[in-house]
Amino acid sequence: MREVVEILAKALVDNPDKVSINMVEREKSFLIELKVAPEDMGKVIGKQGRIAKAIRTVVKAAATKQKKKVIIEII
Amino acid sequence: MQAIEKTAKTVQEAVKQALNELGIEREEADIEVVEEPSKGLFGILGVKPARVRVVIKNTIGLRAKQILGNVLGAMDIAAEVKVHEENENVHINLEGSDLGVLIGRRGETLDALQYLVSLSVNKNQEHRKKIFLDIEGYRKRREETLQKLAIKLADKARQRGRNVVLEPMNSLERRIIHTALQGRDDIATFSEGEEPYRKIIIAPKKY
Repeated sequence: MREVVEILAKALVDNPDKVSINMVEREKSFLIELKVAPEDMGKVIGKQGRIAKAIRTVVKAAATKQKKKVIIEII
Repeated sequence: MQAIEKTAKTVQEAVKQALNELGIEREEADIEVVEEPSKGLFGILGVKPARVRVVIKNTIGLRAKQILGNVLGAMDIAAEVKVHEENENVHINLEGSDLGVLIGRRGETLDALQYLVSLSVNKNQEHRKKIFLDIEGYRKRREETLQKLAIKLADKARQRGRNVVLEPMNSLERRIIHTALQGRDDIATFSEGEEPYRKIIIAPKKY
């Protein structure tokens, strides 16, 4: 899952080397924190969060084998 | 852009090795012969191997193939990615078993993936290309289902003399319904509401 977020984020931004991802396993969920360069924020969020929503949809599919929910936060 | 150089006895052999290593087909590569092979004198003096440089062609379709390959790999999904580029359109079809997870509910995941691939390959490009992603002919099947549904609901609207409201759909799916019913003069179709909850209404025409 972590890897999927990383591949997608790096493919979308202008500064792929500034993409960093942190995954924390919690009791009922995985929390994936995605950090990108400030000028790339728009490229992973999109108008009205359309891109962020698409990333979440794809990662959710990647996580169907997991029993836990996946939460992606862009920070 | 990925490139490698290979040496072998013949040019063909060197090219074959390079393509194998990059995992691409002949038509997906630009090939440059750096050094022609030489058999030398009596096969002893001045024997030189062939040296070629193989570069992966940097087209939008091939970039899309690469990104999808990476994403599928990270998801542990085995699928063959087939790319067909024509003019402004890039058609990508994924083939494999058990790809339902990539389609998602009503093609939700498929649409998300198509959107992300399209954004990333068209990033900073002067000429954008439209990406059409499909899985095992899902879109075609969905189109047929929607066309049948449209006809059924149009008949229902006429028989009952009342509006029939469909569930929310994206613009492509709404278009399929509108198109399927545009030839009918007993009903009219229009859309109402805001994205992403915009939905079609089929209204009977009163005489």
